[in-house]
Amino acid sequence: MNVATDNKEARPLLEVRDLKKYFPIHAGFMQRKVADVKAVDGISFSIKRGETFGLVGESGCGKSTTGRAVLQLQKPTSGNVRFDGQDLAGMSPSQLRSVRKHMQLIFQDPYASLDPRMPVGDIVGEPLVVHGLAKGSEYKERIANLFAMVELDPAMTERYPHEFSGGQRQRVGIARALASEPSFIVCDEPISALDVSVAAQITNLFIRLRNELNLTYLFIAHDLSVVRNVSDRIAVMYLGRVVEIIESELLNVHALHPYTKSLLSAVPVPDPVADRKRERILLKGEVPSPVNPPSGCTFHTRCPMATDLCRNKPPELKPHASGQWVSCHHV
Amino acid sequence: MTDVKLSKSSPDPAMPTDMRGSAIRDFLGRLVREHPMGAAGLLITLALLILGIFADLIAPFGLNETTSNFMSPPSGAHLLGTDNLGRDVFSRIIYGARISLVVGLCATALATFYSVLLGATSGFIGGRFDVIVQRFVDAWMAVPAIIMSLLLISVFGTGTIQTIIVISLALGVGGSRIVRGAVLSIKSNAYVEAGVAIGCSNGRILIRHILPNIAATVVTIFTLRISEAILMEAALSFLGLGLPPPNPSWGAMLSGTARNYMFLAPWMVLWPGIVLMTVVWGMNMFGDALRDLLDPKLRGGVGRFGRRAPKHTESEVERSHAK
Amino acid sequence: MPSNKVPSEDRRETVLEVKDLRTSFRTSTGIIKAVNGLSYDVKTSECVGIVGESGCGKSAGAMSILRLIPHPPGLIEGGEVLFFGEDLLKVTEKRMRNIRGNRIAMIFQDATTSLNPVLTVGLQLSESLEAHQGFSRSEAQQESARLLGLVGIPDASKRIEDYPHQFSGGMQQRIMIAMALACTPDLIIADEPTTALDVTVQAQVLELLQELRAELNMAVLIITHNLGVVARYVDRVNVMYAGSVVETGPTDQIYASPKHPYTIGLLASVPRLDGPTRENLRAIDGLPPDLAQLPEGCAFAARCAYAMERCSSEKPTMEKVGPEHFRACFYDLEKLSR
Repeated sequence: MNVATDNKEARPLLEVRDLKKYFPIHAGFMQRKVADVKAVDGISFSIKRGETFGLVGESGCGKSTTGRAVLQLQKPTSGNVRFDGQDLAGMSPSQLRSVRKHMQLIFQDPYASLDPRMPVGDIVGEPLVVHGLAKGSEYKERIANLFAMVELDPAMTERYPHEFSGGQRQRVGIARALASEPSFIVCDEPISALDVSVAAQITNLFIRLRNELNLTYLFIAHDLSVVRNVSDRIAVMYLGRVVEIIESELLNVHALHPYTKSLLSAVPVPDPVADRKRERILLKGEVPSPVNPPSGCTFHTRCPMATDLCRNKPPELKPHASGQWVSCHHV
Repeated sequence: MTDVKLSKSSPDPAMPTDMRGSAIRDFLGRLVREHPMGAAGLLITLALLILGIFADLIAPFGLNETTSNFMSPPSGAHLLGTDNLGRDVFSRIIYGARISLVVGLCATALATFYSVLLGATSGFIGGRFDVIVQRFVDAWMAVPAIIMSLLLISVFGTGTIQTIIVISLALGVGGSRIVRGAVLSIKSNAYVEAGVAIGCSNGRILIRHILPNIAATVVTIFTLRISEAILMEAALSFLGLGLPPPNPSWGAMLSGTARNYMFLAPWMVLWPGIVLMTVVWGMNMFGDALRDLLDPKLRGGVGRFGRRAPKHTESEVERSHAK
Repeated sequence: MPSNKVPSEDRRETVLEVKDLRTSFRTSTGIIKAVNGLSYDVKTSECVGIVGESGCGKSAGAMSILRLIPHPPGLIEGGEVLFFGEDLLKVTEKRMRNIRGNRIAMIFQDATTSLNPVLTVGLQLSESLEAHQGFSRSEAQQESARLLGLVGIPDASKRIEDYPHQFSGGMQQRIMIAMALACTPDLIIADEPTTALDVTVQAQVLELLQELRAELNMAVLIITHNLGVVARYVDRVNVMYAGSVVETGPTDQIYASPKHPYTIGLLASVPRLDGPTRENLRAIDGLPPDLAQLPEGCAFAARCAYAMERCSSEKPTMEKVGPEHFRACFYDLEKLSR
């Protein structure tokens, strides 16, 4: 457990307020901006130290962009991100680089996220070099430890990424993220590209590392079952906005937002008897484009409960009993 | 962390433990098997280069050494005949190899350096800087290389060093486009983003992550440019604007007086022309082969050193998973 | 939509029977035995699932049925593929062309790359109609519009003039289904039909497939790695590992009491929405097998918690463990715990 001052314990590790990220679309001869892709359209949440916060949603909902905007890999269009009390947007590039020791990212694609021209030992050790954290024999020792921590054979440090399977490469990516001893890790779809049996191993690795190193995760995925298994709390996103924040234990029994409910019903449970007993909600239509989101509540075009109010006025994220936050007029 | 099973890398058992040495053998093997023309091209050019370097030892006559046999056809003493001043054509061609290839290689090396400098910075920095530089490159490339080199000669003058500089400038700027394209495509890779995420400075990313990954492109550009440089030098010498006489560069040998005597002593133009053509063809073939061999996309999942990684064909076919 | 559950006595016709299929690929590192003695069958109106991880040979098996394996480097080495009794591996290419798209249709994983970007959707739909059913251009256009409507694309008669990129991912997949349905085939093979789709769209597409299957009385073969999809939409399951089926049986049976260690392991390693939260999954140790270097005995032995000496030298054959339920394993049934 963290032995720290009361203040530090109480303060959330990550605070996001009204985060927005728009991508401009240029067209025409002079390449003028004609519209914005509103990838993230005003979201707020906070993550406590040691918590695993899940972020779930379908493609185009903005979850990956959120992860990157939080880490300032994509500069937010507006909004506030505070990491351990410090405002990230206001930092100079070198200050930001220094803070990166404490907040890391694990990528979705184990093939593209490792430099094919570097031996894996160097890849894992790069944070140590960049921040001057270890040299010489201590450097070698730390790399060996990192390899062992992610269950890779330390004798493999001279090999190149293409010699490893997908799951092993993902372990290399995790080791790299752990090298600078961060307190916060954003996991962007870390197991979507892996086989079912390997995904289970890696999920277990995440859980073990979290417990051993007291890590805080922002776990981004589209697979609700996985997110629920790993997270303490879950935020459901739709078209750039958070529609519900709920504790994972309550997800099954007490989801309130219609989108969350339809998402739950769309995910089949690998147990035909149990699955048949579940409620089925089929949504109409497709996810609208983030370039031209619907007016009012962005979900109204597919919502079985939509009314005029929903078409005209966007709802706000409001707290409910049991620590839940829901953004809907009819809940 | 008690009973943790270590995940062993499943290496290709056929892959030898010493990767680097065999990689070159591997590469040459593939070159010969898959691109025989490229291998031939490489061999021919290397042979001529060696001839050129050891010209003093190999050539039977001096490069400017006149004999009393004017314009004599190929014979025992003069393998390829003599020219109008009685100089041995064979010897001059060997000396010419030295000039043409050395000038060609130096100019190409310099040109490639410019291409990388301009292309990498432009592609990496992006934004306004990139736009301005690219417009400049547009303007430069609008002028054909030969005309450009003529313009540059009017600035720098003639002579060996000047010729090298002129050719390198004329070729280098255009090549920056290709380098920039390569840099842009590398920049979009996740591992570059990973570099930023762990806190690498821009400089480190450029040098440690981007440049090594465009190395293959750069080498290919270099190889393909060599033939262009040789041809340009030949053209400039042909026009009398390259190296001064008694320059035995092949282009020079093709020009002026040789043309006048083309029908009387065809061997004076035939041999320089053939050699020039062969080297240009050879380097082109090799450059194409190199590009095919080094391009990871064309290899379809085969590893960096030409070895298939320990995955299954089907895993790659089935790879795309949900977003 | 409730799926047609298979009655224990089956008097329906066998549409497709795959017997001991073997397909391999020649690569620079050796011969990859992608399909290694694959056997299963599909009866009329049935929905059969083939579930396995990537590299188990399920896609290669499907492509082999329609003889779509590129040669070189691939080669269908042996076995039989009986379509209503006719061995497709032995018929002429002309007969195969007659069957593809007409009697057996295939839906591929990624609709974006399977649809021709430079042809309108209407033209692509009309292609098989004109080729197989002898429709004229105008007849085909009409039928195309009808088909698009059938798969739930609004404004179908206008949209047949559009190009694939003008549709979303889910709609593109529906277009693929429409193309597959065009000639009312007897069998539809869906290769990972929903992997590239969002979960809500996936639900729509699969429900659609179910409805159409019931309406048109078609057999469907779904190939996927998603255990949830199989549980919900499939009547009978074939679990594949390293190129062959290790367990097969009715869906309810397989999920309620799996009898092969791999199936057991797989089911235990998948997180369930109705399961506990924040608990470790029971993952299967080790890595998926290298198909170029398959071991002597059971391919799963290296990772199996129940492996015995016999498993590394002998290959288990299918044995019956329940009504319609078979598995290929030596381990004692009684001793197997869930």
